[in-house]
Amino acid sequence: MENKNSENKKKNSRREFLQKLGLVGMSAFVGQSILSSCNNDKATVTGKKIKVLNQNHQLVEVDASSVTPIAIDETTDYLQKQGREGLEGKKFALVVDLSKCKNARKCMDTCQSVHQLRPEQHHLNVLLMKDNEHTASYYMPKHCQHCDNPPCVKVCPVEATFKRKDGIVLIDNERCIGCRFCIAACPYSARSFNWYEPKDAELYADVPYDIEKNVPQRKGTVTKCTFSADCLREGKLPYCVSACPNSVYYFGNIYEDSVTNGTSGETVVLSKLLAENAGYRLMEDLGTAPSVYYLPPKDRTLIPVDESSKS
Amino acid sequence: MSVSINKVEENKTERLKEIVNHLVQPMGKSGIGFKIWIAFLSILAIAALAMYIKQIQEGLSVTAMRDIASWGIYISNFVFLVAVSLVGSLITAILKLNKIKWATSLTRISEIIAVAAVIFALIIIVVDMGRPERLLNIFMYGRLQSPIVWDIIVVNTYLVISLLLLYLPLIPDLALLRKYKTDVPKWQSELYRILSLGWQGTDEQYKILKKSINILMVLIIPVAFAIHTVTSWLFASTLRPGWDSTIFGPYFIAGAFMVGAAAVVVAMYIFRVKYNYQCYLTDYHFNMMGKLLVLTSLIYLYFNVNEFMVPFYKMKTAESSHIKGLFSGEFSMMFWMVQILGMIIPIILLLFKKFRKPKPMMIIAVIVVIGAFFKRYLIVTPTLLHPFLPVQNYPESYHHYVPSFEEWTITLGSIAGVLLIISVFVKIFPIIPIWEVAHEEGIDNDILNK
Repeated sequence: MENKNSENKKKNSRREFLQKLGLVGMSAFVGQSILSSCNNDKATVTGKKIKVLNQNHQLVEVDASSVTPIAIDETTDYLQKQGREGLEGKKFALVVDLSKCKNARKCMDTCQSVHQLRPEQHHLNVLLMKDNEHTASYYMPKHCQHCDNPPCVKVCPVEATFKRKDGIVLIDNERCIGCRFCIAACPYSARSFNWYEPKDAELYADVPYDIEKNVPQRKGTVTKCTFSADCLREGKLPYCVSACPNSVYYFGNIYEDSVTNGTSGETVVLSKLLAENAGYRLMEDLGTAPSVYYLPPKDRTLIPVDESSKS
Repeated sequence: MSVSINKVEENKTERLKEIVNHLVQPMGKSGIGFKIWIAFLSILAIAALAMYIKQIQEGLSVTAMRDIASWGIYISNFVFLVAVSLVGSLITAILKLNKIKWATSLTRISEIIAVAAVIFALIIIVVDMGRPERLLNIFMYGRLQSPIVWDIIVVNTYLVISLLLLYLPLIPDLALLRKYKTDVPKWQSELYRILSLGWQGTDEQYKILKKSINILMVLIIPVAFAIHTVTSWLFASTLRPGWDSTIFGPYFIAGAFMVGAAAVVVAMYIFRVKYNYQCYLTDYHFNMMGKLLVLTSLIYLYFNVNEFMVPFYKMKTAESSHIKGLFSGEFSMMFWMVQILGMIIPIILLLFKKFRKPKPMMIIAVIVVIGAFFKRYLIVTPTLLHPFLPVQNYPESYHHYVPSFEEWTITLGSIAGVLLIISVFVKIFPIIPIWEVAHEEGIDNDILNK
């Protein structure tokens, strides 16, 4: 009897968890004002206008009464379809200002908790770099570089990993056969494999698979940085970019030539930022054409003490 | 006059009987030694199966592979087995197309080694998959850009041609077995009946058979080159130091011919001693195989010099940590053992005639085969442990790779499986082609058909 009770409790708590999860998703998606408008009488025009974003990402005003929340299709099929296509008219870029990184690792922690990763699994890894014995060391956050000529995508035998029109390289863990050829092919060691049962697997058991978040994780498949494609669809900055306390990250759309700093919220011209600060990309000579740019670690706010880093 | 012709014919008939009896004599009967051998192999294979079931349940976490060394002994064993399987084409096709007579009695030995090795190469690649139940995705969503898809296509093609090259020359022998080997269980005689496809042994049939075998021998050479070249491209198509090499294709092929020749020598020795086949696997055969092994090893040595000396001379940043790891770092012990014991010393010894005698050659060949196994390990693992960027924020175990007990058991089990296929085969079928030996001794089809 007691056993059964505890089982029920477990089920309940899981349901509660899911409900919360759904609610957070809903409110994030349609905005708080729309939720509150649910209770209004739909026949009468309130005269109260609310702003909504339409499909073309234009901000328009409509009467509050004409807004009804739509049921969000959260089935895996729908998420798969939209996740494979990518966002129209976008080409994302990340700029990492190495002079600002103090190894706070808020980005790493957020990334791991959002993407259901174990402590040794990295979509994002902050490395202590030392280029040669005479130059000073510095911290370098390393994401998937979302290459325009991605070696990992080339070698995948089943198109489980693919590049979208907005430049993001994703992995479909419902198709991945776990051959790990992409891990071998990646010169940036950006990919991770689910050797074990993923963290908190039972909590995520009923969550529909979102390819843009790559959650729930699956044992026996590869996982990687998604540029937080789920956030980008909602017009938000990636998780790591928002989490940084030290203004390290800028993120934006190359087509618009603008990037926004995740800490200060300041938006700057991408080409100017890169030109003025001598921006560069990792291992340019390999021809992978990354979407991640680095600003050199000059005038650092923190110069790491050499812990005779392992290499 | 006609009396003497009859006499000659009678002699030949007698000789044929002698040959057949000698060649089928080891079949069927099995001594205690053989039973122990089969039991030993079966235990290894069953243990491997048990470990694989464990791996399916718990995931690839039972292996020592992790995010940095993401491929391990499974993949190096795959490369090893593909390499061994190339011998089928070397002996059967390349030597026979060059009309080298002594290759005749080695064709079936090399072909069964090829078939058994390639079957387990295919199995081991599935074992390495994180999601083996999604194997069919390769056919549903297969992308022709991926070297894995090329590999699957050519390895399966190679298996089919190898099976045909094993089977077609067996057909006349099966017809002979039906006549001469009557003391077999019913299923076995039934098997011979079905597989011999009603072979009559007419001149016309022999003509068609020889023509078909010739076509297959020509076909298998490009396919054999393809399987190992494509296997090398699994590595060479990446940007990683140690794999990013343009000579990987020929380097792998040369290595494969070397280990394949050595594997055949080991098999030859065992059949010669166990089955008293001294008259079919003569000292001359060993002498010639020894010379062939020296030739293939010298070619492989040449590619090794290129593969290691050129980056060693330049010491590019990324290459240098790989090279240092092999020459003086954590892999140096294994590296120099493989290069010196597994390649250079065998070459030197086999240059002398007294080492090309059966027994010393068998010992040398065993060392070459073991060396070749670890050579593949050295191709796969060190490169993965030396990526471009530093390995940080991982548990200590991620910096090294030592195969787990489960991985070793599965690997040994797969090799036991190869030996099991060969061992069972030689109990059901003659390992030396009877009709080809008979033809070489001038016994014509009329006598074979009598």
